[in-house]
Amino acid sequence: MASRAPLAWTVAGLLAAVALPWYALQEGLDSGAWLPGLWASEDHAGGLAQILVHGKWWLAPTLATLVACLVVSLVPATRERRGTWLVIASALGIAAFVAQGLAIGLRGWSAEWLATAFGELAGRQVGIGAGAAVASIALLALLSIGLALRGAFGGDAFVAGAITTVTASIVLFTAWPILRILVQAFQNGDGVFMPALLIERLAAEKIWTLRCLWGGGRCGVAWNTLVLALCCGAGTTALGLAFALIATRTGFRFKRTLRVLTVLPIITPPFVIGLALILVFGRSGLVNQLLDWSFGIQATRWIYGFQGVLLAQLFAFTPVAFLVLIGVVEGVSPTLEEAAQTLRADRWSTFATVSLPLMRPGLANAFLVGFIESIADFGNPIVLGGDYGVLSTEIYFAVVGAQLDYGRAAALGILLLAFALGAFFLQRRVVGQGSYATISGKGDSGLPTPLPDAARRAAQWVALPWAAFTFVLYGFAFVGGLVKVWGRDYTPTLDHYAKAFSIERTADGLLWSGAAWNSFWTTVKLAAIAAPLTAALGLIAAWILVRQRFAGRAALEFATMLSFAVPGTVIGVAYVFAFNVPPIEITGTAMIIVLCFVFRNMPVGVRAGVAAMSQIDRSLDEASATLRGRAPQTLVYVVLPLLRPAIVGALVYGFVRAVTTVSAVVFLVTAEYELATTYIILRVINGDYGLAIAYSCALIVLMLAVILLIQLAVGERRLGRRIAPPLGGRA
Amino acid sequence: MKFGLVTLGTLAVAYATPASAQGVVNVYCSVQVEWCTSAANEFQKATGIKVSMSQKGSGETIAQLKAEAQNPKGDVWFGGTGDPHLQAAEENLTDAYKSPKMAELHPWAVKQNTDSGGKTVGIYAGALGFGFNTELLAKKNAKAPACWADLLKPEFKGEIQMANPNSSGTAYVAIATLVQLMGEANAFDYMKKMHANVNAYTRSGTAPMKAVARGETAISISFVHDGVTEALAGFPVKTATPCEGTGYEIGSMSIVKGARNAANARKFYDWALTPDAQKLGAQAKQFQVPSNKSTTVPPEAPKFSDMKLVDYDQAKYGKSAERKRLISKWDAEVGGLPKP
Repeated sequence: MASRAPLAWTVAGLLAAVALPWYALQEGLDSGAWLPGLWASEDHAGGLAQILVHGKWWLAPTLATLVACLVVSLVPATRERRGTWLVIASALGIAAFVAQGLAIGLRGWSAEWLATAFGELAGRQVGIGAGAAVASIALLALLSIGLALRGAFGGDAFVAGAITTVTASIVLFTAWPILRILVQAFQNGDGVFMPALLIERLAAEKIWTLRCLWGGGRCGVAWNTLVLALCCGAGTTALGLAFALIATRTGFRFKRTLRVLTVLPIITPPFVIGLALILVFGRSGLVNQLLDWSFGIQATRWIYGFQGVLLAQLFAFTPVAFLVLIGVVEGVSPTLEEAAQTLRADRWSTFATVSLPLMRPGLANAFLVGFIESIADFGNPIVLGGDYGVLSTEIYFAVVGAQLDYGRAAALGILLLAFALGAFFLQRRVVGQGSYATISGKGDSGLPTPLPDAARRAAQWVALPWAAFTFVLYGFAFVGGLVKVWGRDYTPTLDHYAKAFSIERTADGLLWSGAAWNSFWTTVKLAAIAAPLTAALGLIAAWILVRQRFAGRAALEFATMLSFAVPGTVIGVAYVFAFNVPPIEITGTAMIIVLCFVFRNMPVGVRAGVAAMSQIDRSLDEASATLRGRAPQTLVYVVLPLLRPAIVGALVYGFVRAVTTVSAVVFLVTAEYELATTYIILRVINGDYGLAIAYSCALIVLMLAVILLIQLAVGERRLGRRIAPPLGGRA
Repeated sequence: MKFGLVTLGTLAVAYATPASAQGVVNVYCSVQVEWCTSAANEFQKATGIKVSMSQKGSGETIAQLKAEAQNPKGDVWFGGTGDPHLQAAEENLTDAYKSPKMAELHPWAVKQNTDSGGKTVGIYAGALGFGFNTELLAKKNAKAPACWADLLKPEFKGEIQMANPNSSGTAYVAIATLVQLMGEANAFDYMKKMHANVNAYTRSGTAPMKAVARGETAISISFVHDGVTEALAGFPVKTATPCEGTGYEIGSMSIVKGARNAANARKFYDWALTPDAQKLGAQAKQFQVPSNKSTTVPPEAPKFSDMKLVDYDQAKYGKSAERKRLISKWDAEVGGLPKP
């Protein structure tokens, strides 16, 4: 068994090197036009032909190591020895592959010192294609098999493979692009390396001034960002907890409505909340007009600035906190609470000393997500910020504004990362080393204790007005799509919908003539591809992080959070920087958009998975192992079914964020792959709010449908706990 | 296996549809989206060349050109305010080209071309001015501003919005205009006084006009043609150009250096300078002044002949060094002042 796997991978790698075009094709792989030129055409040739016929000698070491792996898998040897040789050969192969990819590009050597060291190079190469991709994946697989054979990762090839896959993909699609752009912080405009520049850029008075505390003036963007993020983290966690408690621990009658309502803000395209807030609270908004009309109070502009941004962020991110917390609150085992009550603790002290501490990982994770979402948020500060600058807007304008200063953008990006890093370590400190496992294999664990009255009232007082407020805002948004000019001319009309989504019947069949159809279908397609990938990668990463012990685990955990902490625009530019030139040349394709979605949104899947998984007792894994279940079986039959809320969360989030992301993909969309959000943003910039809102409403309906579908498909987690009888009139 | 090969063969035939004989051109478009779309369609109709158009702001486009410099994906950059085009020329991101249509253009459009060493050309121009919300002013019983001096009136306290020059090219044009109009010392003195009346320096250049339209602020410093668009959308917006004189932007067009479809890019460039192409702007409800002298202009568009223009030195004030100096001066002396 063990020696058949390396053989299979080696053969796959070698086949790819011979029978697939090594380099990327202009016209794409699916045209099949490369088949006749597989040997003779330089553009279409496989790896072997590239070496032998087309003079690309630098590919030889990579292919040679694949042949070496073939020998190793065929020659009889002990497990240990075979493993060692596989590791050596495949590691050399990967090193050779990476080195040639980085060193030789479109115009020969890609760096000047290489040209001076080795002389001019006759050849050149474009981005890697199918052949190179499969060959490198085969080498990675061989490396992990080799490591497992040597006894690393518990000798389990599946675990080794999972860790290698996650690590390699994060290095490639998160760390590498971000590094590419951060390096700019050390360079001046001409690309000369000057480390002192970073200090100069970071120490700028504009970033750190505290003038707002005394004598007027504005505070630095760093403080603005920090204060906003702390408030947002705390606020979203509190609100999310209130909703989660109401949904799981009270007899509240409209739980389902509540759940839908809390999900609404995340499925709303980003600026709609901001615009609705302006319409309600702005100077010409409802509230101000009413005050002016009834009490003669002068209309003010209070919504612009810190208050407005915080309000919008609370709106936008509370649902994320709710999604993180609901699984955790559901998971707290009633057994411990019943035990506390048996020991005569009243409901309040049970809640305060048992339930709440058990939710600590969830609370810390929710806070972390709220904090990081806030520092990376771009849409709300841009719409409502007014004068109040935060790092993400500052970075955006350093890149695209009148300054066009990548160095400054990168330096600010480093600062932002430092904040994220700080929050991350704080969260680890809070969660600490304690055990929070409350889902174990032991049978019935009792009924969830209802909330103490004080807590219940507090939760309801916080959550219900918030829910009502949400209704009001969405009512507005919905009406906005049905009137002529929002805020001006309230004549009802269906024009906006007709313009976006009209379908005409012609002689040739249906003609999708609406302006929005193209971007709509592209979005649906790409999001549908990205969501399962996001969820799978996120949960596998979570499983590795929680259940496996290996060197570099903390680094990997941090790396998974990286792309989340960096504002979308920076990610977008970083992707263009990193993937516009060989070795990986994928700008202008749908693939780069999908990759951006996956790696940008994966962190939430990871966080939800980590929070949920730290509740599942390890003894369940051990029980599975005792019954001779190997790692994949344990994952599929034991862990995954218990993770259903996290899976739903990750899938939903993956899809929804793919549909609603703007800033990260602004640089990646092309005329061919236009997305709904970029289309809507253009409408907003244009002042065409009616169409923008009509389109947004259509997207919201689409996402609601998809969420219901995912819920149905994945199903609920069955914990074998009894369900409390209805609590009668208590609500 | 045999079946597989046959299928692949059929696929190859099916997929090998001949590309359009005229080829393609990739256009980065920094004007408003309807204008972009109609330009793409009309050019395609006129020449048979397929246009692949992606619409992005001028700041985003130059960021993208910089990121793609080693391996350009775009061919032509159409529209957007002139400074980023001049900067792209300065940073060698665009190629020089002399169009045969150059003789038909207004002098300011040609000057843009000579200033940049032939690397960009003016396709439209828009004057800077004030936008104001007539309803809000009526409520305040205030007279509409007509001169730069009017903006210092105490009755406009907290009523004026302009963009932040750190992020917005529009705001930079305003500063450069004032400097050229009053001299640097007086201009900064003026802006310091005006600071008392400004309620926010927004990040985006078009935001103040939108705020005026929605009644969030009474007065904005913006390009006047944006106000016409808002007024046509039904908002109570009017515009004025300052009596002392005002500056203007020159919306430009450049050919990307190393463009893959350079020949088609030139065809697009020539076509975009014809009256037929330039009248598409007004059709898309954008009312800048077109650069071809014989383009017909709709009556509601602001006309240069009705305004007093400063002799705006695009070459001097379009240079990165001068821009950086003025912006950091603004930061130190105006932007960082406490709010009154």
